[in-house]
Amino acid sequence: MSRIGVAFDKARADGRGLLVGCMPAGFPTVEGSIAAMTAMVESGVDVIEVEIPYSDPVMDGPVIQKASDIALAGGVRTADTLRIIEAVAATGAPVVTMTYWNPIEQYGVDAFARDLAAAGGTGLITPDLIPEEAGEWLAASDAYGLDRTFLVSPSSTDARVRMTTAHCRGFVYATAIMGVTGARAQTSQAAPVLVSRVREVTDLPVGVGLGVGTGAQAAAVAGYADGVIVGSALIRCLLDAADLTDGLAALRTLSAELADGVRNPVR
Amino acid sequence: MSTDTSTPPGQVPDAAGHFGRYGGRFVPEALVAALDELDAAYRKAMADEDFLAEFDALLRGYAGGPSLLYSARRFSAKAGARVLLKREDLNHTGAHKVRNVLGQALLTRRMGKKRVIAETGAGQHGVATATAAALFDLECVVYMGEVDTRRQALNVARMRMLGATVIPVTTGSRTLKDAMNEAMRDWVANVDDTHYLIGTAAGPHPFPEMVRDFVRGIGVEARQQCLDLTGALPDAVAACVGGGSNALGIFHAFVPDTGVRLYGFEAGGEGMETGRHAASITGGSSGVLHGTRTYVLQNEDGQTIESHSISAGLDYPGVGPEHAWLHDSGRARYLPVTDAEAMAAFELLCRTEGIIPAIESSHALAGALKIAPQLAAELGREPVIVVNLSGRGDKDVHTAGEYFDILDKE
Repeated sequence: MSRIGVAFDKARADGRGLLVGCMPAGFPTVEGSIAAMTAMVESGVDVIEVEIPYSDPVMDGPVIQKASDIALAGGVRTADTLRIIEAVAATGAPVVTMTYWNPIEQYGVDAFARDLAAAGGTGLITPDLIPEEAGEWLAASDAYGLDRTFLVSPSSTDARVRMTTAHCRGFVYATAIMGVTGARAQTSQAAPVLVSRVREVTDLPVGVGLGVGTGAQAAAVAGYADGVIVGSALIRCLLDAADLTDGLAALRTLSAELADGVRNPVR
Repeated sequence: MSTDTSTPPGQVPDAAGHFGRYGGRFVPEALVAALDELDAAYRKAMADEDFLAEFDALLRGYAGGPSLLYSARRFSAKAGARVLLKREDLNHTGAHKVRNVLGQALLTRRMGKKRVIAETGAGQHGVATATAAALFDLECVVYMGEVDTRRQALNVARMRMLGATVIPVTTGSRTLKDAMNEAMRDWVANVDDTHYLIGTAAGPHPFPEMVRDFVRGIGVEARQQCLDLTGALPDAVAACVGGGSNALGIFHAFVPDTGVRLYGFEAGGEGMETGRHAASITGGSSGVLHGTRTYVLQNEDGQTIESHSISAGLDYPGVGPEHAWLHDSGRARYLPVTDAEAMAAFELLCRTEGIIPAIESSHALAGALKIAPQLAAELGREPVIVVNLSGRGDKDVHTAGEYFDILDKE
């Protein structure tokens, strides 16, 4: 079983949700992003999701767009992302990578899988790659023992939920709402329904993302899902801060609040 | 206008929208159900005589088709070739775009959706979409890069006049690609009641195939008109290529005619050597952008590079996947035309024919001027070249006025 699978099992045994925190690689700088992800781990985030910044992120709202733009303007390269993954994996927390498909295709799918495995990454979350187009990635992830997380959506038909989850390994990513990333005031009504639809067809753990930003929301999502995925709210801690020191302090506070939330699921 | 959309068996794309290694669907899962719904509605409509008759009636009775094939004698004398202009500039709304928009608006109504969104570069597709939305009583939101809203202010006013909401996009390079990103984000959030009326033969399956089929009447008409006018097929067909819908529209009916050379002219901007261009096939490489695999202007990490062209409608760092396939197969040739070459052709058509072309279409005119001597030498006679005059230049008068420095100073 993958390191993510082990982490999900342990959280489940402890009767709590697993907290996945997302940060773009190279935001605000390469070293700054390593510091931020390390701070998240130290403050109770279970799994780090490293997003490879991309010029045209169609699944992302304004916060991640802005952070990605800052990272790219700072000159971050795909090779830097691998270095960041290696550094964060050294903390002991499982590191999963979220990426739009073109950066992987240009790096070379097999080469990226090889280097990701060597860096200690567990696998990929692919927001714009559906299983039908994923032939090369299916082969490469098998070859290097990497996890594959495809997305399911409230609009997915039952047949697609079944097909998509059958191609997943590690965990399934359920998008809580129809929309792009970004914290919302209300938690989703559609998400619990989607999670139960996923559970009907797979035993894989289910992580829920899109729109979660507070401890209370994390507690609510942990009540029905195995994992709670938070991105924009954490990134905003750094975007809104006057400097990195203040940003890291805010990031630690929010990480701890979210970690407390997933430990007190509201069922 | 012709609505003959039959595709001989064995032709591209396959059932999943692949043109060889290009095309396909690289989209968030949230959109797959809507793309499947669209694909089913499109295939059903294309097999429905009532739909085809209604589409044809709109093209004739509303858009003003079939567009003329005009023998441009004075321009021909300068070109050293017999140049026949497919006058898509005379269509209602001033460009070939109206064909695609009317087809998709009809489909929107059949799917029971009440809202359309669109991206636009030059504003021609936005105006066409706003027009169809008014005609079909649909809510319409158009995303347009902030840079483009400034260089195409007239079209912004036209869209608003027609009742559309124009949203200036301030992310990224603030041009067409960013407008497309924003439209995709809107669609992901509102897919239940909204159709994304993509303006070119790009994006995820079924858009490249569907848009091509809605505009392929251009070539069906031109082919017959050329036979009627000259008694033979042309030696070459020329079109400008941004996303590539006007080029596919005029190419597609000629693809089986292997004696007819197909030329796509990309925006070479300030020159290929400067890196400031929008020639995705000539200067790009295979990658994934906006839901499809195609030629993309990108760096070695797969980050999209900003494109540059004097023409907003060609200022896009990707191209429809069928063009990528036509290029690799060798059936069509793609060559760059610089801003300066396009503007010289723009001026020449104005002065010889009394026709002000769109700057986009001026790239095709400049391309015809380029290939004419080679073709003449090869054939040993005056070649016949059909040029798709895909749009009119009213919207470009300010840009052209500045370029030629003919505007009165305050």
